[in-house]
Amino acid sequence: MGKIIELKKVNKWFDKFQVLKDIDLDVAPQEKIVICGPSGSGKSTLIRCINRLEEHQEGNIVVDGTELSESTKNIEKIRAEVGMVFQQFNLFPHLSILDNCTLAPIWVKKLPKKEAEEIAMKNLTRVQIDDQALKFPGQLSGGQQQRAAIARALCMEPKIMLFDEPTSALDPEMIKEVLDVMVDLAKGGMTMIVVTHEMGFAKEVADYMIFMDEGKIVERAKTKDFFESPKNERTKLFLSQIL
Amino acid sequence: MKLTNLKPSKDKINTFLPLGSLFVIFAFLDVLTNTFLNYNITGFLPQTISYLVPLLLGYIGFYLIRIEFSGIRFLDKLNKNINSSNFNAFLTLLILFIIIKAISPLMNWLILDANFAGTSKDDCTGDGACWVFIKVWFNRLMYGLYPDLEQWRVNSAFILLFALVGVAFFVPQKIKKYFIIFLLFVYPFIGIKLLSGGSFGLTYVETAAWGGLSLTFIISAFAILFCFPIGVFLALGRRSSLPAIRYISIGFIELWRGVPLITVLFMAAVMFPMFLPDGTFIDKLIRVLIAITLFEAAYMAEVVRGGLQALPKGQYEAAKSLGMGYWRMNALIILPQALKLVIPGIANTLLALVKDTPLIFVVGLMELAGMIGLAKTNPKWLGMAMEGYVFAGLVFWIICYAMSRYSQNLEKKLSTER
Repeated sequence: MGKIIELKKVNKWFDKFQVLKDIDLDVAPQEKIVICGPSGSGKSTLIRCINRLEEHQEGNIVVDGTELSESTKNIEKIRAEVGMVFQQFNLFPHLSILDNCTLAPIWVKKLPKKEAEEIAMKNLTRVQIDDQALKFPGQLSGGQQQRAAIARALCMEPKIMLFDEPTSALDPEMIKEVLDVMVDLAKGGMTMIVVTHEMGFAKEVADYMIFMDEGKIVERAKTKDFFESPKNERTKLFLSQIL
Repeated sequence: MKLTNLKPSKDKINTFLPLGSLFVIFAFLDVLTNTFLNYNITGFLPQTISYLVPLLLGYIGFYLIRIEFSGIRFLDKLNKNINSSNFNAFLTLLILFIIIKAISPLMNWLILDANFAGTSKDDCTGDGACWVFIKVWFNRLMYGLYPDLEQWRVNSAFILLFALVGVAFFVPQKIKKYFIIFLLFVYPFIGIKLLSGGSFGLTYVETAAWGGLSLTFIISAFAILFCFPIGVFLALGRRSSLPAIRYISIGFIELWRGVPLITVLFMAAVMFPMFLPDGTFIDKLIRVLIAITLFEAAYMAEVVRGGLQALPKGQYEAAKSLGMGYWRMNALIILPQALKLVIPGIANTLLALVKDTPLIFVVGLMELAGMIGLAKTNPKWLGMAMEGYVFAGLVFWIICYAMSRYSQNLEKKLSTER
């Protein structure tokens, strides 16, 4: 099977501090990958490099056959194909939920307004907040906002979805509604890379687990092996702390 | 009698409230009769004491009615807001008495003793203001030196403008944008042609003759219209990742912000033509307009930059992650939010702009305040500066207050947080 994301020897520095060290990563279409690791290990930076919210300084990143480089055209093409969900939702507070969802399809993909609205309503129904479509983000609960943010990303009909700690800013009782949406999405065959501490979710949907520490991929294993027989000492220690 | 008996309390409200009210009422009665009826109730006392009597009585009265949890809504509110302590009671009385004392002569000067009828300075016989001055000069204050017979052109230009703006407010969204395009790109040329003439059978009126309130409006409108977009671009430029654009923006902003407007105007009018090749000529009013626009754009840029910096980084990232490029991100996501945040600052800058227009007197152009400066030096109307500037102040206040209210409405309308 071909690879939809390929990272080769990716290195990144913030000033003199190296956040990513020789990262190699392949993702096949429809694969679900969960990245975990202690804070400051470079998990978020890694997935933010995949749609170039962060620049890498060395190595190659190829997404769906397009190499990420200085070329603005390439970057915008890749971003339109890669959806991203943030820890802080980052909905546009000046627009209604529906407008949040239709804005990029209309202005970036040049869809007619009517078609964009149909797609938006379809996705809002999928995340079960179609009844909130005309409200503004500020009127929604955290869980609803995060589901709206997922719907907004889906409206671009992306091939890949990146999740950057999507449940970390939520109250405990809202985490499940967001995870349910993500499980549903995974079952629908979306390629997903998820940074999360929700190990229950990881066990349920992930094909592969990646454990990162100090900017390096310490362990990469099939989900079952990862939880049942982790090889690396640091992985064992981490798992014993959070499970 | 125990000392506690003198302390106002709810138990003795039936004694303290009427007694205290009596003191307060008497204090105000004394001041009011003194100011408006010219009758001093306490005239039999030595003058200094007579002067302090209302303050003293009011003070005692306020002390007596300071009853906590009286259960009377008006009294509780009064005590909480203006009578919460001895010091506050004293300040309340002092301020109220000063206001009462000041209103009387002010009203006398403005209205009661003022002169409204007549056609010359000699008709002003009363002690108050001579509004005849404003009446006689009204035409000049509105139109400057614009020829009387041609003033209908100024009127129609403004009526057309207000009509267009008025209609644009009510037409449906779809047609609205055509109105806005027409207002921004076509109307200015119609307006200028109508005012300056020289063709279509209209006689030519040079810009030096334009003046008065209409010139205030013309300059303000043009400067507001153009300084806003320029300011937005400068603000974006100052935050650009391209060094050349960033340094040019910083240089431009700091240059214009660092120079007094009066200097800028003088240079635009006097020095600038010296650098032009012989034979080229740019109208003085246009030079001044450009100077004011660029000057205010520099201020606008910094206000807008404040809004840009207040937005969380996540908004930029979310826009980028959806595949938006720089211009779409700014036009659709960043600027709508940033500008909404800085509406008070924008209104501030635009108000300052309107109030800066009188400075064009240094280059010989006279808007409202300038025309008053001219009229008050007319030998037949010497000594009318007070009336003139009070009138100018009032007109500017009305304009600025209207703008301020509009900005507040806009803020409310655009608010999406509830």
